[in-house]
Amino acid sequence: MIRTVKIEEITKNVKEMCIEANHVLSSDMEKVFLKAVDEETSPLGRQVLCQLKENLKIAGEDMIPICQDTGMAVIFVKIGQDVHIEGGNLTDAINQGVREGYVEGYLRKSVVEPVERINTKDNTPAVIHYEVVSGDQLDITVAPKGFGSENMSRIFMLKPADGLEGIKDSILTAVKEAGPNACPPMVVGVGIGGTFEKCAQLAKQALTRDIEKRSSVSYVKDLESEMLEKINKLGIGPGGLGGRITALAVNIETYPTHIAGLPVAVNICCHVNRHAHRVI
Amino acid sequence: MDHHIKVPISREDAKSLSAGDYVYLTGTIYTARDAAHKRMKEALDQKGSLPFDIKGNMIYYMGPSPAREGRPIGSAGPTTASRMDKYTPLLLDMGMGGMIGKGKRSKEVIDAIIRNESVYFAAVGGAGALLSKCILASEVIAYEDLGTEAIRRLEIKDFPVVVVIDSKGNNLYETAIERYRED
Repeated sequence: MIRTVKIEEITKNVKEMCIEANHVLSSDMEKVFLKAVDEETSPLGRQVLCQLKENLKIAGEDMIPICQDTGMAVIFVKIGQDVHIEGGNLTDAINQGVREGYVEGYLRKSVVEPVERINTKDNTPAVIHYEVVSGDQLDITVAPKGFGSENMSRIFMLKPADGLEGIKDSILTAVKEAGPNACPPMVVGVGIGGTFEKCAQLAKQALTRDIEKRSSVSYVKDLESEMLEKINKLGIGPGGLGGRITALAVNIETYPTHIAGLPVAVNICCHVNRHAHRVI
Repeated sequence: MDHHIKVPISREDAKSLSAGDYVYLTGTIYTARDAAHKRMKEALDQKGSLPFDIKGNMIYYMGPSPAREGRPIGSAGPTTASRMDKYTPLLLDMGMGGMIGKGKRSKEVIDAIIRNESVYFAAVGGAGALLSKCILASEVIAYEDLGTEAIRRLEIKDFPVVVVIDSKGNNLYETAIERYRED
């Protein structure tokens, strides 16, 4: 059976999700965050974490964005193949939602033409990733991405011989270089495999996974735990001012790759790892 | 140790601070980030002057989100300072009091901080809602067309920062990591 979804409904939901994601952290993020406050041993690190805890409270209560960098809107859309979209173009509808969300929601317009640096004034266009799936629903995740941490993200085109050790080195290299610039404690999204662009997309997608949920693949799950432990021994700490809590989670996604390659993308996100999710 | 410092900052106050000190700033500061720095450099090259008196004044690397009705400013946390490194030594040599931002600085900037006995503070990145509560007033004073990147004069009260690079060049980012690193 074909189910019809009107573009107005898509626009409205995207608009609301842009505003929601920028003011309220998802409950999984908040939970891990509160745990971090208890685990940090550095006095300055604890002070930073307490400020961030207070910041979340103010953001939600007073409707002030958690961070002034309300990001570039990254949107993952899973379209059920039995969905019929009525009333216009889907991409236009999503961008309209971003436009309304950023303008009406008092969010910062941070999107510019790359060379001439002319601001588009409504934070469009969004970066949209589509995937066609079974079913008759639209699954939408809005993940506004700040650029303090985006700028510190890396892609490594490793050789097959580099193997697991090469992957570990790449993740640690990216995190070390990011240091205080990426607003730690960070969430580290890693994509392994695929092609040049596929691994980057996997890394971005990894950031939207529930932060308490580990990979279902046994070796990936072990790698996630090992890397979190290693990262939290680097000493960078909250705000980069020294301490134990440098990362809150390492989320890794994998995809088959070519016999000649081993692409690894490390997409770093700050502690404001925003994402709102709805199913229409 | 916690300090309360008035801004614009005096050379004596800047010299009294050490990397790792927790400081509350009160007074007037100016915002400028990427595009405003580019314009300021062009203004210096063409006219030899800046849109505000840089002497003793502190630049806060920040571009706020829009203010809701009745509020002076929106979310207002620091942006990554290293993107301004290219312009900073010149401004420090012109007498800029110091900087508030987040993240590492280049060797050239650190040398200019030492040379001018200045200071680099970090505010907590991603605490824009909380920091906005320490901003009492905000006024665009130059480059309004740049939107969030315009230069703003801010009145701040007990604005919390940490000394990352002090007037002697001590760098908290390096020393703190050494202290907490486990090999």
